[in-house]
Amino acid sequence: MSKPEVAIVGIGMHPFGRTPEKTGQEQGVYAVREALKDAGVEWKDIQFAFGGSQAAGAADTMVSKLGLTGLQFINVANGCATGGSALFSAYNTIASGAFDLGIAVGYDKHERGAFRVNTRSHGLGDWYGKQGLALTTQFFGMKINRYMEKYDISHNTLAKISAKAFRNAEHNPNAWRRQPFSEEQILESEMLSYPLTKFMFCSPAEGGVALILARADQAHKYTDTPVYLNAAVVRSRRWGSFEVMAPWIALDDAAGPTVDTSKAAFEMAGIGPEDIDVAQLQDTEVGAEIMHMAENGFCEHGEQERMIQQGETEIGGKLPVNTDGGCLANGEPVGASGLRQVHENVLQLRGAAGKRQVPNDPSVAYTHVYGAPGISGVTILSK
Amino acid sequence: MGERVPIEEGLFTWPSDEPKLIGSICLDCGAIVFPAQSGCPRCTSDNTEKKELGTRGSLWTWTIQGFPPKSPPYQGDTENFEPFGVGYVEIHDEVKVETRLTVAEKEKLSIGMEMELTFVPLYVDEDGNEVITFAFAPVEG
Repeated sequence: MSKPEVAIVGIGMHPFGRTPEKTGQEQGVYAVREALKDAGVEWKDIQFAFGGSQAAGAADTMVSKLGLTGLQFINVANGCATGGSALFSAYNTIASGAFDLGIAVGYDKHERGAFRVNTRSHGLGDWYGKQGLALTTQFFGMKINRYMEKYDISHNTLAKISAKAFRNAEHNPNAWRRQPFSEEQILESEMLSYPLTKFMFCSPAEGGVALILARADQAHKYTDTPVYLNAAVVRSRRWGSFEVMAPWIALDDAAGPTVDTSKAAFEMAGIGPEDIDVAQLQDTEVGAEIMHMAENGFCEHGEQERMIQQGETEIGGKLPVNTDGGCLANGEPVGASGLRQVHENVLQLRGAAGKRQVPNDPSVAYTHVYGAPGISGVTILSK
Repeated sequence: MGERVPIEEGLFTWPSDEPKLIGSICLDCGAIVFPAQSGCPRCTSDNTEKKELGTRGSLWTWTIQGFPPKSPPYQGDTENFEPFGVGYVEIHDEVKVETRLTVAEKEKLSIGMEMELTFVPLYVDEDGNEVITFAFAPVEG
């Protein structure tokens, strides 16, 4: 494995879900203070920040609550990959030698129901939203519908992904939906976008996560259990890929940005998918988790049917996936989601994940996000 | 008394005898996209021109919109909402276009089936005009 240059030395999280008494930014500030405590540092020690929120205000205004120390604070906005992009930027700021200690923070607070899409901000005409095509849910339904036919994935396998998410979340005090559901309940809930039912989708939500990063050679100043960032990669789509919010797709078929991002991350870390002990994969709905298993290199296309039916992605399985309940059980505060995955992996690598701890002392972990209009972010972490 | 008007100028040639969608083609590499745009996303050239697309294709994938989309931006009827089909139709040898489908029953939709372009009323605007947009319908027989 490549020699890491950057370590995560502190983590903090505001529980996901609905917190009517707090603004999105207050949840972000809470997460920052928790992360500072975890690293044993003060806000005035932090030299730089990258932060993002989609619907809860500019992150850099947090300094009025945390302290006006004059630090470099840059806002990040990259759809569902906002958290991943903040982390990528913080990683490179330390790896470049510009600073020694900084923070990546993300938070959000969305209205209820499916995301309301501003078509113009996606570079699309008003006609697209007017005629009812500006829904992320439709893309998810259409992508997995074609995939199921092409690779023989069953409806029961879709339900098993949701059931796993809610079961894992039962042991995660920071998760939103912690009540287990049966596969029958999941399959029989309202059909939102065929073949996906209500309990197969995550919901827009609220929450905040902060991660404190330091130079790897200084990590032990802050913590006895540093987690190293062996790779942080972000990529966008190429010609021929099938993406959300697309009025057209090219005739030629090409792999999506996840495939490119994953390959680059494994190359950067100098390891392969077989070396990963636990993975957090973007699961905005069940189809995404299934397809992302193959797109990230953890199996061949179609192999998921057998793997999921045999429980290989359960916490005690060969490759535990979305051990904290994922987006499905945590909901999606867009700015915070990607950082939540890293937060969970740090807990798993520290051996501090409680009842949802992956057995046999995991040492290498993987996160993946995907977002509109076709971007992906991957990190590889080790202890 | 209102008129019948297109949802957006420049998207298709309706009203006309044989209305078609308006895409663009790259004169350097031949890539076709929809709606028309000035740059080519495949070869990065800006040497593109408008092109009327074919009216037949095969259904590449589909779903059924089962709940009323948020309004705005949606302008269709949300109070008496009826689910509608959505899919990508691969217009033969040209481009895959995202579109509303005229059918919304899963038994009547299958990947690979032949589809053709049609035009449907979507809503009545604030001036009383009936707004028309494009959709694809299964080819009978």
